[in-house]
Amino acid sequence: MIEKISFTLNGRPVSLEVDGDRKLLWVLRIDLGLTGTKFGCGEGVCGSCTVLIDNEAVPSCQTRIKDVAGAEVTTIEGLEKDGELHPLQKAFIAHDALQCGFCTPGMIMKAHSLLTENPNPSRAEIVEGMEENLCRCGAHSRILDAIESAAKEMKRR
Amino acid sequence: MKNDQQQAHQRENLVAPSLDCDRREFLKKVGILGGGIIVYCTIGDTSESAAQMPGGPPADFNTFVRIGADERVTGYVGKVDMGQGTITSFTQIVAEELDVAYDSVDIIMGDTDLCPWDFGTGGSMSISVHAVQVRNAVSEARGVLKELAADYLKCPVNNLLTKNGVVFDKNNPDKKVTYGTLTKGKIIEKHLEVKPPPKSPSEFTIMGKSYLHKDAFDKVTGRTKYAGDIRLPGMQYASILRPPAHGAKLKSVDLSQARKMEGIHVIQKDDLIAVLHKNPDEAEKARRAIKAEHDMPKTGLNDENIYNHLLKIPVQPRVKERKGDIEEGSKIAKEVFEETYLSPYVAHAPMETHTSVANMENGKLTVWASTQSPFTIQNRIAQALNIPSEKVRIITPFVGGAFGGKLTMGENANPEAIEAARLTELTGKPVQVAFTRPEEFFYDNFRPATIIKIKSGLDSSGHIVLWQYDVYMAGDRCAEILYDVPHHSVNVFGNFMMPPPGAHPLRVGPWRAPGAPNNIHAKELQMNIMAAKAGIDPLEFRLKHLKNERMIGVLKAVANQFGYTPSKLPSGRGYGISCAIDAGTYVVHMGEVEVDKSSGEIRVKRIVCAYDPGLCVNPQGTKLQIEGACIMGMGYALTEGIRFSDGIVHDRNFDTYHIPRFSWVPKIETIILKNDHLPSQGAGEPAVVGIGAIIATGVHDATGAKLCNMPMTPQRVKEALAKV
Repeated sequence: MIEKISFTLNGRPVSLEVDGDRKLLWVLRIDLGLTGTKFGCGEGVCGSCTVLIDNEAVPSCQTRIKDVAGAEVTTIEGLEKDGELHPLQKAFIAHDALQCGFCTPGMIMKAHSLLTENPNPSRAEIVEGMEENLCRCGAHSRILDAIESAAKEMKRR
Repeated sequence: MKNDQQQAHQRENLVAPSLDCDRREFLKKVGILGGGIIVYCTIGDTSESAAQMPGGPPADFNTFVRIGADERVTGYVGKVDMGQGTITSFTQIVAEELDVAYDSVDIIMGDTDLCPWDFGTGGSMSISVHAVQVRNAVSEARGVLKELAADYLKCPVNNLLTKNGVVFDKNNPDKKVTYGTLTKGKIIEKHLEVKPPPKSPSEFTIMGKSYLHKDAFDKVTGRTKYAGDIRLPGMQYASILRPPAHGAKLKSVDLSQARKMEGIHVIQKDDLIAVLHKNPDEAEKARRAIKAEHDMPKTGLNDENIYNHLLKIPVQPRVKERKGDIEEGSKIAKEVFEETYLSPYVAHAPMETHTSVANMENGKLTVWASTQSPFTIQNRIAQALNIPSEKVRIITPFVGGAFGGKLTMGENANPEAIEAARLTELTGKPVQVAFTRPEEFFYDNFRPATIIKIKSGLDSSGHIVLWQYDVYMAGDRCAEILYDVPHHSVNVFGNFMMPPPGAHPLRVGPWRAPGAPNNIHAKELQMNIMAAKAGIDPLEFRLKHLKNERMIGVLKAVANQFGYTPSKLPSGRGYGISCAIDAGTYVVHMGEVEVDKSSGEIRVKRIVCAYDPGLCVNPQGTKLQIEGACIMGMGYALTEGIRFSDGIVHDRNFDTYHIPRFSWVPKIETIILKNDHLPSQGAGEPAVVGIGAIIATGVHDATGAKLCNMPMTPQRVKEALAKV
């Protein structure tokens, strides 16, 4: 059913006339042209499509657009503030924590939610928090290093 | 030293290819197809110059390097970057050989209109083979720039030096000109009769140094465009009717429901049944509304009985190695060891599924493809559409992982590119075809299921005197014996590339270091089994049978870093060892594993991996390839194996097909031995080959259990423990 759905996307209000049962992933990627959020598995089991809804990481391929009405949605495109990268983005660059980069936006969004919930995680807590996000290139240890170092940087601020 | 007259003669001897000659013909002439030195370079603004040429744009002439008036340098490389980081290494190479700043270089990869022809990105050959050609071409370009500067500055060329994009007189550094000034507004196609050699390692200021991924900024901000991120006006997303099983035949199809859906365009043409919509999710919904009946195949084959089937396929073995006399070896052996090693079909499972976007404009088809083989795909599409290949341009954006699965070899890979091309031709609109994850698993060119049989023997002094090695379906990569054995034979029955007809019920193809992980797993576990019987420490046992000094050096370097101390097997410590020469690189792994005897779970605690790769362009990039390959390798070793029956692929997503996760990751230490005077060898694959081996030999050292079959699941561990 076509309905009007309004929410906040990367800090800006958005209003769409859209079938409310469509998945957030496709609305972001097609209707709104935000292609940073990736399709990986379509079943919420790989983490490539992770976005934040009210600061919590969710697989956008499993989220109906009508379920984000009134919510704050943040995608990888929304992390840069005034031209400055988020500490997680900087740390991923500094630690060379990526190869093909396809899982990277989902990894960063997941890590963002993890650090919001627990600003001072142990290595084991980071591992546990990131466990559902898949990377086939094998950048895992560098991703963990990057998240650890971003956590420190975010606390320092 | 050459005099000015000679130099003038050289300038007149420039080779300009005929503009109307076919680009591929031209390339053949300059020898690229034969792997010869590429001598052609174009400097300047190609598009502007092309417009001035009679007969219109000539030329998708290939260029290796272009210098803009703004001094930015663009290098064109036919390879693709699928995460292995060669965009960074090629930047280093161009900057080094041209003498320009690293930050002033852009690299365009995998574009069939702009880049030199290439056979595909595979076999760890981007640096070991292609970089040699690029270095030669770019150093020649630098020579050409000096020639131009000699005219411009009225100065003998031998007095000229280059640095940071400037040519200057060594006796008067103020007498100088920038590259951009020299090339401004002109297309310059030149060859030097005497080619300046690429720099020697002692001259390097950029190559051999560590650089972070240059594409990281775009990747962490979501700016990077993969094929699926290309947006064109009026673009339609296709969802295609797929058979439920390999070998299934469509019996009947009812498209009426799909046709009724709003905005849906149904295409039915020969074997291609597709629904298109401006949204991919709506297209998929319509595809689900198609009612189709298939005749299902009854092959009776599944992931358990496949090995017996493969052994029955008639295939003439190829003798890879033979030395001494196997019968003689059998006679003098005091102990004989016979083992069979199995490995299942393994998926590539890149995070980005196969995706292509096709668009026809003014009679020219452009396809953005997630591929390792842009030039092969170009030809395949031209054939499929019956149009000349010049009318097809493939652009390869960044590729979200591939590992051999997007390399077009044999008949398979990148079917979606051809489908997108056919659909754009049929609809007149731009079309995207992106595999769903279940499609990705179904149409994957799996690493084939393999069988390796080894019969080996020891004499009374613990020397290997017999080694009979038969490998089925994996191919011969790393099948050579490596160790010194007087009587041996290595026989290869079929390979991953050209499997014998009727062998595989699923598609197969190259998977990162094709066949090598299977061969190394079998060989190294067999070595451990013999070392255990001989009562000799497994490292000592290997050293005792190695004659290759370079390999001995790498093995000792790893043992040293690992802190290895000798012990008879099983020591209970869980130490695994693997030695190989893959893609020209000497690669040794040592690992430490822990086995939970009650659950059968294996935990990898630590891996030390060393490469001796010859000249290493970007040590940081190589380190990442080692780490990544070690982690990826844990998948085929511990969990990965496609389950199937009667052509149906049962593992169609990551919920049942388990790839490595964060909690698996061990401590990984890398060593890159410096051997800059030797040619560069492969870096992307070698580290994946020894992971099955170090885990199997590690478990053997921990418990005495022999894990001859991969993946080494808890169930198999428990079964193997019960036999100890």
